[in-house]
Amino acid sequence: MIRALHRPVLIIGFVITVALFAVALLSLVWTPLPPAKMNIVHKLNAPLEFGLLGTDQFGRDVASMLMVGAWNSLSTSLLAVALGACVGTAIGVIVAMRRGWLEVFVMRGCDIIFAVPPILSAMMLGAFIGSGRFTAIVAIGTFMVPVFARLTLGAALQIWTRDYVAAAVGMGRSKSRITLVHILPNISNQIIVQVTVQLGLAILTEAGLSFLGLGMPPPNPTWGRMLADAQTYLGQAPWLALMPGLAIAFAVLGLNMLGDGLRDLLDPRNDG
Amino acid sequence: MIAILIRRIISLIVTLIVVSLLIFTVMDLLPGDPASIMLGTSASPDTLAALRTQLGLDQPLPLRYLGWLSGVFQGDLGQSYTYGVPVAGLIAERLAVTIPLALMAVLLSILIAIPLGVQAARRHNGLFDYAVGLLSYVSIAVPAFWVGLLLIILFSSMLGWMPAGGFPGWDAGLLAGLQALLLPAIALALPQAGVLTRVARAAVLEVMNEDYVRTALAKGVSERTAIWRHAVPNAAIPVVTMLGLQFTFLIAGAVLVENVFNLPGLGRLAYQALSQRDIIVMQDVVLFFSALVILMNFLVDLVYLVIDPRLRADAQ
Repeated sequence: MIRALHRPVLIIGFVITVALFAVALLSLVWTPLPPAKMNIVHKLNAPLEFGLLGTDQFGRDVASMLMVGAWNSLSTSLLAVALGACVGTAIGVIVAMRRGWLEVFVMRGCDIIFAVPPILSAMMLGAFIGSGRFTAIVAIGTFMVPVFARLTLGAALQIWTRDYVAAAVGMGRSKSRITLVHILPNISNQIIVQVTVQLGLAILTEAGLSFLGLGMPPPNPTWGRMLADAQTYLGQAPWLALMPGLAIAFAVLGLNMLGDGLRDLLDPRNDG
Repeated sequence: MIAILIRRIISLIVTLIVVSLLIFTVMDLLPGDPASIMLGTSASPDTLAALRTQLGLDQPLPLRYLGWLSGVFQGDLGQSYTYGVPVAGLIAERLAVTIPLALMAVLLSILIAIPLGVQAARRHNGLFDYAVGLLSYVSIAVPAFWVGLLLIILFSSMLGWMPAGGFPGWDAGLLAGLQALLLPAIALALPQAGVLTRVARAAVLEVMNEDYVRTALAKGVSERTAIWRHAVPNAAIPVVTMLGLQFTFLIAGAVLVENVFNLPGLGRLAYQALSQRDIIVMQDVVLFFSALVILMNFLVDLVYLVIDPRLRADAQ
């Protein structure tokens, strides 16, 4: 804990991430104005002219929309990363346990999934089952499966070579029990770091998807769609394009810094 | 060397076939009938049946896949439903925008990343190093399409130096074409540059600590020569790797940036195909992009073999 205080990257990342979660959670119970409330009289008002951050083309309060957008973006991204992390980790540890042809098969499969950018798979899914939060979660989550599968496979294989695992095997423990008792707890740090970093990536991707209209449908405000709407008013109301982008950049920056900081902190090689 | 190459090529072909099969199957398994998606709910049963026959949907999946595959080998990707032209021609036309855009972005990101990375490594832990570190953090966090919007606000709305988007076509002259692609390429390059700068910095730092560099420095070789003769060529390997790994994100970025700048590229085509529900074009574009990513990874592997003699020895 003392060590954590000497790491500015970790601290900045932690503070930004906590602020992001706080704003997202706060939006569930309070926003300055109802985010969907139109107020045509005050449309396209500059920041502080009406509301803290101005209003959009329908006179909706930008600050309130950003707050709800934080929740929408964060919850979608969290579910997507959870999907990718759970499935990917399960695949990784099972393959590490069995090895053989399964390893070759799964790793090739990972290469293949990784070859389809999530934006394209979301378009494909969107064409058939319609766009929306579910499509976004599935598209982003699927892309994350190989990331976590590769990570956990590599990490788990290392743990399998340790003496205490060999001892457990010698004592006649089953492979699945060893995985639960020895492998998973020992690779959890790496998974946590990766979840943080991938969460940032998921937020970027979700923003891209909703920018293209493949995210949550209106009237739910999302950072991506706010940017798409702002495109029409770039000359007239540039702040509309500024704020949501800043929100995305801050969220991703915070998560990336937190991930890097955690990686340094949790890496035993950095002791001393 | 030849043996490795042949093995890699076989694995490449297998991967490509599996990917195409996978996308084909997934599209088939997804709920929804392509014919009714393309025609909308108000279409008459006769028109639907006609389109199904035209698309070959009345045939079983394996037959359709084989038909499509043999078409691909003859350069025939099918007919676009909305444009009424062959998809192959449509893709080729759009590539004339997307490929120069991607190349410009990659070139720009390398031109930004290598000098910054080298200088940051030279002034390791100095103020410049920290500034570069912070900048790369920020640039990785900003979405490319948002950078595009900011560039439009600055250079088009405020300064009026550049058009806000659109593409005059290469017929309008090389300069006009490149000018139209400049802002989009910058938007795509910045996030990439952030990643590459970090990689270049780390690689140069590592090489500078190697014995042979220390020997060179001890022999009186200037630091500048040591960096450009030893550190930069060695830093090229991780930078090339990273470029390959980042290629998926470059493509995703291109889809978005093309839409921001209204560029008639492949990404815009995918988006238009989606909104017009042109399933055939969608399928072909997704397959094409995926093949591009796989090909890129293959090329990175090859570049590896060429620039790193150790790998050649290992592989044999």
